[in-house]
Amino acid sequence: MKRFEPYVFLRELATRWDVLAFIVVIGLIAFLGETSRGLFAPLSQLSSTPLSLDPVHLPEYAARTTFRMLAGLVLSLVFTLTYATWAAKSERAGKLLVPILDILQSVPILGFISITVVFFLSLAPGRVLGAEFASIFAIFTSQAWNMAFSFYQSLRTIPNELVEAAESFRLSPWMRFWQLEVPFGMPALIWNMMMSMSGGWFFVVASESISVGHTTVALPGVGSYIALAIAQRNLAAIGWAIFTMLIVILLYDQLLFRPLVAWVDRFRVEQEPGVRAPNSWALTMMRRSRLINAATVAFHAAVLWTSRAVKRTDAPIDDKPARPKRSLDLLWASLVVAAVVLGLWHIVAVLIANTSLREALQVCGLAFLTMLRVFILIALASLIWVPIGVWVGMRPRAAQIVQPIAQFLAAFPANLLFPIAVYGIVAWRLNPDIYLSPLMILGTQWYILFNVIAGASSIPAEMRYVAANFRVSGWLWWRKVALPAVLPFYVTGAITASGGSWNAAIVAEWATWGDTQVQARGLGAYIAEATTAGDFHRIVLGIGTMSLFVVVINRLFWRPLYYYAERKYRLT
Amino acid sequence: MNNSPILQCSDIRKAFPKPDGAELLVLEGMNLELQEGQIVGLLGRSGSGKSTLLRLIAGLAEPTSGRVTYLGSPIAGPAPGIAMVFQSFALFPWLTVFENVALGLEAQRMPRAEIRKRSLQAIDLIGLDGFESAYPRELSGGMRQRVGFARALVVQPNILLMDEPFSALDVLTAETLRTDFLDLWGEGRMPIKGVILVTHNIEEAVLMCDRILVFGSNPGRILSEIKVSLPQPRNRLDPTFRELVERIYVEMTARPAGTTAGGRQERFPGLGIGSVLPQVSTNLLAGLMEAVAAPPFNGTADLPKIASDLQMEIDELFPVAETLQMLRFAEVEGGDIKLAEDGMAFAHAAVDERKRIFLRHLLTYVPLAAHVRRVLDERASHSARKSRFIDELEDFMSEEAADQTLRAVVRWARYAEAFAYDDENAMFSLENPT
Repeated sequence: MKRFEPYVFLRELATRWDVLAFIVVIGLIAFLGETSRGLFAPLSQLSSTPLSLDPVHLPEYAARTTFRMLAGLVLSLVFTLTYATWAAKSERAGKLLVPILDILQSVPILGFISITVVFFLSLAPGRVLGAEFASIFAIFTSQAWNMAFSFYQSLRTIPNELVEAAESFRLSPWMRFWQLEVPFGMPALIWNMMMSMSGGWFFVVASESISVGHTTVALPGVGSYIALAIAQRNLAAIGWAIFTMLIVILLYDQLLFRPLVAWVDRFRVEQEPGVRAPNSWALTMMRRSRLINAATVAFHAAVLWTSRAVKRTDAPIDDKPARPKRSLDLLWASLVVAAVVLGLWHIVAVLIANTSLREALQVCGLAFLTMLRVFILIALASLIWVPIGVWVGMRPRAAQIVQPIAQFLAAFPANLLFPIAVYGIVAWRLNPDIYLSPLMILGTQWYILFNVIAGASSIPAEMRYVAANFRVSGWLWWRKVALPAVLPFYVTGAITASGGSWNAAIVAEWATWGDTQVQARGLGAYIAEATTAGDFHRIVLGIGTMSLFVVVINRLFWRPLYYYAERKYRLT
Repeated sequence: MNNSPILQCSDIRKAFPKPDGAELLVLEGMNLELQEGQIVGLLGRSGSGKSTLLRLIAGLAEPTSGRVTYLGSPIAGPAPGIAMVFQSFALFPWLTVFENVALGLEAQRMPRAEIRKRSLQAIDLIGLDGFESAYPRELSGGMRQRVGFARALVVQPNILLMDEPFSALDVLTAETLRTDFLDLWGEGRMPIKGVILVTHNIEEAVLMCDRILVFGSNPGRILSEIKVSLPQPRNRLDPTFRELVERIYVEMTARPAGTTAGGRQERFPGLGIGSVLPQVSTNLLAGLMEAVAAPPFNGTADLPKIASDLQMEIDELFPVAETLQMLRFAEVEGGDIKLAEDGMAFAHAAVDERKRIFLRHLLTYVPLAAHVRRVLDERASHSARKSRFIDELEDFMSEEAADQTLRAVVRWARYAEAFAYDDENAMFSLENPT
């Protein structure tokens, strides 16, 4: 097997990948130690050492923010692996858990913060830790739902023969989870983690610089830095923050997601032909470094050890289509109905006592305004990006350059640019109802672009040859070839963009620059205003209305459109 | 040799409940014994319940009544001494060849060193040396199925279950794998004591098995049992071999005696709209008629002969032949297919004439087609919703079967220009597309 090589011990002592890995690992440890030190400090420390706009502090702030993001991601992962598994395995629980997830997904992120911050602060009274909890929870709420959804869907679509193989070789449920179910769900899960991260960055300001009524906490981090820069009208500081974010997102991409995407490629059950396997220098480093290899081998052994340690119960055959136990079902159903009625009654009671019907109608009106904005903006963004996306997608070399940039822009928190917009609106006395609107789609339009690029580059060459052969060109070409071929991809992108825009409305319709405040009429501004005022009843009303609108629009518009496009236009 | 069977199925019945409360019977009155040293073949077409029976034996499903006993005790859940090889290989794509093979031992919590030793042995035995660290995607289909075999053998099972293990492979690869398997089996180098092989390939069954159980459909049951006492290795060209193949063809095309429930009679019963129709394209129908009409057959063909000429397996050939029989274009009996007068006429006609003949037969012998046409003729609008017919069909069959049946009729009707169907709006009409 092994050929004899002279000086082999020198080469084996350390590869250059080992050196690289060593630096990265030590760096990570130092980073964790540094950032976790501040957690147990008393809350008063936050006010005694106020944030500074001096860019010197930015690396530290960036580290703190990164740490929170990571913590949020880990929490989301734990939530995903438990909640989604429960929903998929228990039919009874799934009936309730899946719709709940659907609703949670539509609740604007700011809503979770304003309602839970007091609770989290009380968990560790007087300590920074409590505020950190609140912040991490806020980040968690911007990341967890779509991850859980993707994993749930993966669990429901595991090929039957793989399940049977696992059963016939008598894998314990624990082993089956780690050897079959998690690996199978991994590719979709990683992709959703990337999306989640973008969502988290977008709300980095809101999740660090928490301000609900009289409760004001500013945790050291990039988000708070931005908030302070806005309050002090420091354009240079905003510039520094943007620069820092670029670096941080780049690092995240290179050190975390790129390696993950490259690594997870092996988990794909089916490989589309012609798609190049993604690669990553960081993954190469990890694979070539014996240091890290040793660590992964240890980890692998640990996983196997747990599957040995967990007792195997020879489960009886479970192929009966769950002969439903009527009485239990009935009990479960009545419990659910009771909970729903109770919840509904509670909400209505609170709202009736504290708000009026007129206010409710007014909120609905505002919601319509915001909806109008979202639809117009999606249409405008589509007009611009669909042709560009198709053009780019048909040219592999251009696509290779543009695709990562579009994905990067989608991850970039576009609200960093808001102050500049506010500045302009004030300076030129523009109508905020119109000119604040584009901010809503600033960060989400990229989903349309990169999905269309993906769609256009997957048009089979033969189809393009046919079009060229029959000299189909101009508008006819767009109508009969390009647009139908990218439609399923476009719809996927537009759904994401639309959801993101609703979420962004809260920060986009109510923008501030120092003490200048620009406001557009819409549901987002209503919620933002209520949050600032700490008016819980109006927060609940606003957020409830927004969730309702998002869910209804998804059910009545996007979902049917999606299935239609999938059925009719998906090229297989 | 010990005479008590290692595996015994007695009076197995398996039914799945349908949404409307009735049940769909897939297996009935199934008795099977596996003696030590035997390869038993379960031969039948798709839908004959042979794969279901294999899953009952594997402990992946439970019979509605009757019992499966392995070494004298009833099976409840996957048994340690029974391993399975899957049609689609069912390898875990994220595990290497070695890890895939080791998985079954890992589940038994064997000591690490033992796992390594046994896995390498199995890999070695099945001819995968050098591929230990490869991922399944890097392997060809044949190599993947070898991993499937190694994974099954490594747990040292008494019984090996094979679910059409060669049907996803190309002809050449399949033959190599079969031969390799038979060599190992003949030399006694595998730990297994008995094999159950599910297949729809008659030659494969005769080549490999000591006993063949021929399955019939609706519900699945054993039509006959055929002993193959030819010595291994067997030669496909051996007259006795051919005779056996021929005999099985005859068995499988035989009309059920009398008017017993089930069988083909029920599949294409007298004349009711409630029969499930097979998905057979008009190209295949025309193609088979042309092939049978042409020399050397000149109107009457031996099924095994024409199957090998057209390179079709029984799973593909039988539905076409039976559809021709249902449309009264041909007669299938005793392992032969014989074209009727109209079948010959069709084979020799030009496009328009073919369509006319087909239309006449479709409306005369397929009651559902006639029914749809009548409804469209009677209505002033000459159009009808799909759901109208689906509802009617669902009185007789499952939702899925109703949809499939209607699609089959649409396919034939489009060819015959009997009526039109717009999938977008789910509407039947007499109009031609504008």
